[in-house]
Parts: sequence; C-alpha cells; structure tokens
Amino acid sequence: MTVSEFVLETKELGISFGGLKAVSDVNLKIKQGEIYGLVGPNGAGKTTVFNLLTGVYQPTTGTFFLNGKELKGFGQERINHEGIARTFQNIRLFNNMTVVNNVMVGLHNNPEFKCNMLESIFRLPKHFKVEKAMRERAKELLTIFGLLDERNNLACNLPYGKQRKLEIARALATNPTLLLLDEPAAGMNPNETEDLRKTIEIIRKQFGITILLIEHDLKFVSEICDEITVLNFGTALAQGKAKDALNDPEVIKAYIGK
Amino acid sequence: MANIKWKRYLNYIVISALAVLFAVLSLTGTLKLGTQILLEKITISIILAVSLSMVVGFLGELSLGHAGFMCVGAYIGGKVACLVDGDGNSHLILITAILVGGVVAAICGFIIGLPALRLKGDYLAIVTLAFGEIVRSLFLNSTPESFGSTLGLKTPRYDSRFLLIYGFVFVLIALAVIQNLIKSKHGRAITAIRDNEIAAKATGINITKYKLLVFIVSAFFAGVAGVLFSHANYTVQSKTFDYNYSIEILVMVVLGGMGSINGAIISATLITFLNEELTTILTGELSVLKDLLYALILILLIIYNNAPALKGVREKYNLRAFVGKIRKHDPAADKDDEAKWHRVPTKIDMNEVLSTDLVVKESRAEKGDRGGK
Amino acid sequence: MEFISTLLNGLSSGGTYAMIALGYTMVYGIAKMLNFAHGDVIMVGGYIMYVMMLLLSQNVFLGIAVAVVFCVLLGILVERLAYRPLRGASPLAVLITAIGVSYLFQSLALIVFKSSPKMLSVLQISGALKLGKLSVDYSTIVTLAVAAAVMTALTLFVKKTKTGRAMVAVSEDRDAAKLMGINVNFIIMITFAIGSGLAALAGVFMLMKAPSLSNTFGAMPGIKAFTAAVIGGIGSIPGAMVGGILLGVIEAISFKIPLIAPYTDAIEFSILIIILLVKPTGLLGKRRREKV
Repeated sequence: MTVSEFVLETKELGISFGGLKAVSDVNLKIKQGEIYGLVGPNGAGKTTVFNLLTGVYQPTTGTFFLNGKELKGFGQERINHEGIARTFQNIRLFNNMTVVNNVMVGLHNNPEFKCNMLESIFRLPKHFKVEKAMRERAKELLTIFGLLDERNNLACNLPYGKQRKLEIARALATNPTLLLLDEPAAGMNPNETEDLRKTIEIIRKQFGITILLIEHDLKFVSEICDEITVLNFGTALAQGKAKDALNDPEVIKAYIGK
Repeated sequence: MANIKWKRYLNYIVISALAVLFAVLSLTGTLKLGTQILLEKITISIILAVSLSMVVGFLGELSLGHAGFMCVGAYIGGKVACLVDGDGNSHLILITAILVGGVVAAICGFIIGLPALRLKGDYLAIVTLAFGEIVRSLFLNSTPESFGSTLGLKTPRYDSRFLLIYGFVFVLIALAVIQNLIKSKHGRAITAIRDNEIAAKATGINITKYKLLVFIVSAFFAGVAGVLFSHANYTVQSKTFDYNYSIEILVMVVLGGMGSINGAIISATLITFLNEELTTILTGELSVLKDLLYALILILLIIYNNAPALKGVREKYNLRAFVGKIRKHDPAADKDDEAKWHRVPTKIDMNEVLSTDLVVKESRAEKGDRGGK
Repeated sequence: MEFISTLLNGLSSGGTYAMIALGYTMVYGIAKMLNFAHGDVIMVGGYIMYVMMLLLSQNVFLGIAVAVVFCVLLGILVERLAYRPLRGASPLAVLITAIGVSYLFQSLALIVFKSSPKMLSVLQISGALKLGKLSVDYSTIVTLAVAAAVMTALTLFVKKTKTGRAMVAVSEDRDAAKLMGINVNFIIMITFAIGSGLAALAGVFMLMKAPSLSNTFGAMPGIKAFTAAVIGGIGSIPGAMVGGILLGVIEAISFKIPLIAPYTDAIEFSILIIILLVKPTGLLGKRRREKV
C-alpha cells in the first residue's frame, strides 16, 4: 500500500451502459480535510460517480484509490468498511426504526462494539455493555445534529430537513474517512441550508474527515467547497477553486447555453 | 431498571410458569389426555409461528414453504427415532431426533436462503412455495423402506405426558434464541435490511450473512416443530404439510401483528385452540367454515392494517393507543432509553422496487441507467 | 411416432397453461402484483359450468359463456374489493391478501359444493385425426387452435387498440400514464377481467382432459401456470405463451419416462427455481434495474 497525499484519487474513472458512456475520464484528487464539490447540470453523471465510488456500479474503465488503496472491484459493504460512507439523493432511512436505532445500525461494524451472535443469544454481560456503549455513542452523534430529542421517534415521522441530517449522522456513524453527500441541501429552505452548512463545517472540524458533495445550489457550493469539479455529459468541464471553476466560459456555456 | 427488565422478559416468565404448571399437572396425572394433546399441538404451533415471524415480520420476506421445513424435520426426526429405537420412549433419542431433524431442516433453510440473496418479494415467495412442494413430492415418492412412500412414515408415538414438557422447553428455547437475537445489534441489522436494503448495504451491513442467518434459524425451529409433530403422531404423511398448512402458520403471524413475537405466540395459541374446539363442534362438511373464517380474517386484517385510505381510522382506533389510554400512560415516560424499535411495524414497508422487477419493455430501464440518477 | 404424439399432448396442455399464464403475466405487468387467486378462478368457472349443465343440460356453449362472464365479473369484483384498497400499500400486504382471497374461494367452494369431486365433461370431442401412422385427438387440435386464436387476439388487442396501448403505458409507468390522462383504475380492472375470462376458458380445456372437479381444481395448475409465466419472462405476453407451451411439453415428456414420472411436479418446480436464480427475467422478459 502506497501512502498518498490524496484521500481520494480517481484515475480515468468511467462507466458505459451498453455502449453509452455515462461517465468517462473523471480524475478527482481530494486532499485530507477538504470539502470537495461535484456540480453539473441534470444528467451530467454526478450520482453515477457516487455509485461508482460506493460499489453500486463497477467501473468499466479506470480505477480509484482511498488513501492509496485501490478499491475498484469491491462490493458496497466492503467499500463502506474501507471508509467511504454516503447519503442518497432520495433519502433512504430505515423508516420503521427509531432515530437512535438508525444511527446504531451505522455503528454496527465498529470494532469497538463487537459482540457476536452467541453473546447476544445467551445475553452475556458483553451484550449489555456493547448495547449501552452503542446507544451512548449514537446519542453523542445525535446531539451534534440536534436530533437528540427526536431519538425515540420513528425516522419516517421526522420532518424533511431532519431526515437529511439523520442520514448524514448514520453515514458518519460508520466512521468513514470520506463522506459522500448526494444533494444534501435539496428541497431545503434558506434557513435550513444555512443550518446544514454549519453542520457540515462542524463535522469536518470535529471528525477531521473529507467530504465530497453533489449540489445544485451554486451559492451553497461556492460558500462551502474548497475545490470543485464541474461535470457535463459525464466528463469534467472544469476543475479547481470554486470561484474560478464556476466562472470558466465552458461551464457558463454548459449551464446557460451560448 | 429492575422494573423494565421484568417487562422485557415477561413473555418468557409467563411461559415458564405455564410450563412448570402443566409439567406438574401432567406428571401427577391430573391432565386429561385430550388436554395433553391440545397442549402438544399448541406448543408446536407456537414454535412454528415464532420462527416464521422472524422471516416475515423482521426480515420482511414472505415464506410460503414453512410447512416444507417442518416436513423435513418430521420425516428426518421420525426416521432417526425409528432407526435407533422401535418404541422410542427414551429422552436421549428424542433429543437426538430433535437436533438431527432441526439441523437437516436448517440446511434446507440455508439452501432456500441462497435464492433469497438475489430475489425479493413475490419471486422469493414463489420459490419458497416451490420448495415446499418439491420436499413433499420427494417424500411422497420415496421408497416404502426409506420414508414409507404414499402410506407415510410410521413413527413412534411418544408419551404425551413427557412430550408436552418437551414442547414447552423448545418453545422457551425458540423464544430465547429468536427474541434475544432480534433484540440485539444483529436484529437491528436484520430490521434495517427489511426497511431499506440499499441503505443497509451502503451502511456496511452484511446482507448475505443476515439473510442466511434468518432462514437458517427459522428453518431449524420449523424442523424442531416437525420432529415434535412426528413424535405426537403414529404416522407422518407428506400431505399434512401442504401449502395450506404454510398459510395457516402465516395467518397466525399476520393475526398476531407482523413484527410482534408475543402477538405470534398469542395468536398461535388461539388459532390452535379454536381449531381443536371447532373440529369437535363443527363436524363433517361444516368444519370448512373455519377455513372460511381464517380467509376472511386474513383479508380484512391486512386491508385494515395497510390500506392507505384507512390511515386516519387506524390512527384513531389503535389498539396500542387504546391500551395506553387505559394505563393513563405518561407520554414522557416513553422517552427513556428503551427504544421500541422492534415492535414498531404492523405494516412492513417494502417500497423498494424488487431488485428483479420486470417490465415488458426495457427502454425505460435503459434510460434510467443513462440518466445516472 | 410416439414422440410426436407426446409432443402434441404437451402442446395442448401447454396451450392451456399459456392461457392461464397470460392472466398472471398481464396482472403482474400492469397491477404489479402476483394474483394468487388466479388459479382458483379456474375452479370457480368450472363449478359455474357444472351448475349450468345441471340447469340447461344440453347447451354446452351457453354454459361456457355464462362461466366466462361470471369469472370476468368475479375478477372485477375481487380487484375492486380486495386489491384496490391496497393500491400503494406494501407488496407484501397485497400478496398476503391475494393468498387470503385464494383461500376464501377454496373454502367457499368446499362449503357450497362439498368435498366429493364432481364429474363433469363439458365438451366431449371424441375421435382422432389419422395421418398415416400418426393419430391426433381432435380435442388436442381444438385446444391448440383456441389457444392460438386467443393469443393472436390478445396480441392484436394490446398492439392495435387504444385500451391495449394504455395497458402497455400503465405497465411501463403508472404515474406517468395517469398524468397522460389514462384511467389507471379502469385499465387495471380490464386487465383483471381479461385474465379471469381466460382462466375460465382454460378451465374448459382442463376439464376436457380430466373431468373431475374439486375445490383445489385450479390451485396446482395455477401455480404451474405462474411457473410458465416466469419461465417466459413475467410481464411479457409472448413470454407467457412460450413459457406455457415449454412447460406443457416438459411435463408431457416427463410423464412418459417411468423413472422420473412421479417427480414431474418436483422437476417443474426445480426448473422454476433454477430459472429464477439464473435468469430471473425469464426467456423473453427484460430486466429493470433498481435505481440508487
């Protein structure tokens, strides 16, 4: 395993569906602690990039590395264990479970909370200890997101903005090095967006993790992202500092036409 | 704290108390033979219902082959008892038979769990149904020497005074294993798969492991129930374990409220009791009325619990809310750490499209892929 | 020669399976549910014919017509009362309800007509067509001809008529179809009506082969026809035909081989499981991926 200065590095990453190139030649280099934006018009292939990075799809060309380790070919569960967690564009919570349990599912694979099935079946002291510790950790996480008071409500009963936050909390619970957020601010009003921006800043500081996000709200992107990549038709149009990349003539052309 | 713990294991304590009570009554000979047989049947039903509820209520998949696993257990366990000892009234042999029958059924559960990794919903349901029919057909066409062919396998009838005690013991074991598993981090992972498989995968849950686990454990206990059944009868016939029997077990689970182990226990007891009572009251052709009743209960209950249009009614006339009112429940008390995630759904949310959902034309699916959304 | 007559037998029972499978496949494609009670509609149709025969002893075709109409109405009624309230609910709930309906039909039939099987020969076509050494029963020819006619008519209906195209639209995307002004409830109702009518018709041919009617008359053929629909690719009309005929032929051949004949059911169900595992889309179905 080679030590890399980049947390995530993709090399000519691409996928085609039956001859149609959905994504091609995407080269991302994301440094430790960065908030990196992936923007582009609808259908540009942003979510497909996320699906490639999380093992939902297998790339047909190129590869990608997390901290120098090649993750191409791994399944979704394995990639999560390696340290990439994600949220979804259309929220996917465990709707019939309580808020705190949603987060506790995220803590499931944490080595601190190991407890095999026999220990659970025979109700050995380990089981109670682990359950208690997991619940405490989950409550800590929920406190950061201001969801502590909601912890015993069902996830499906939360308002939209809180569901988005809960999904981020659950992803964070898996202890990732890289967090992928798929349109975290979609459908939020300005107040909620501002609130979300603060939360993202806090988790970067507190957890020291790197964040890659997809977002349509360009104001939000330019405020929060250190660097961005603009995608169109599956390829990168521009890369670099948010302001520069968004002012690139190619990008303006892609967004508002000639 | 002590109070909470009592509540958590209440079902366990109640059943243990009943087990001791009936064991004493049975051994002192105060229990009538009819009651003994009824109790045997009830314990078998409870084991079946609790084990099926693990698949249907917690994993959220429909199994229509539960009687098939029971069939495997009944034949294999019965055969073991026959091979070892002709009259089979030894405790050691019964326990061996139960374990062997359970393990062979569990292996079948593993085999049926494999398709469950790829298939969901209707497709999986039909595979389990097909499995049940295949098992039945194999035993039906076996040679007379091996499993008795069409006449059925002659099994030693175990003394019902003891058998009902074994029934209770295995109810307690099934309850302990399934309930403890479900109310642990492993059960949480299983319910997560039920609620949203894609999210569970992305959260790093090992889907393969847990799906197989559920099928194996559930099949094991169905097999155990089968062995008990074979020891409660003189012959085991494959036609007993037909599709209708699987449905009857399903009715128990649905009636008890999917996702509720206690509900499954209560409804299994009730239905088995009614079955027995009704067979004595409704003789001959009238006995079918019972099936009609179950069918209606099943349909009405599901529609009442799931119809989108009845949501308002459900919230207004909720049994749990009603009980809460009687107890003058303080809502703030719910805010303690005893999260009630495991008893939540009487409704299973399977909004996820089947992973192998199919349509006539592929154009749309292809477009979806290209859009990459 | 024997092989060819076996094959023809298979084709005729395959044609019957295909007719039942069409009902499954259309309902699955359009209403997105597995109608477990579909097989029992065959049984209900059979009993209606039985009653009609008792009432009008002579007029066979009127009996068949009444049975088909009755089943069409029954299909509509069941859809309206049991399935429509659950539209939008979880698929598991719908599936369990369908099982309940199947159970209901079977127990009702048992209460009304008692458990002893009724002997009923609806259509008696005796004799055989002789072509040299080969002899083909007329009943086989009639079954095949009717099955072919039904399939052609159905294909034309779906392709050429407005309602048929609306059906395709609903199966592709129910919400989009609704926005395009298609009355989705009406289309689903029509689908159930057609499926149930075909089931009743298939019952006639089943009774021609084995004229013994009981309350579980339709259960096993129903499950097998579903197998056929899956083999052909569920949701696909030509798939149901291909799957039905393939299953019929496999069954006929398996019956002819003494060693495996008792295991025919097991073989058919094993094929179902294998197909679902290897190619869940069946022979002619198309795969739809789950969006993430």
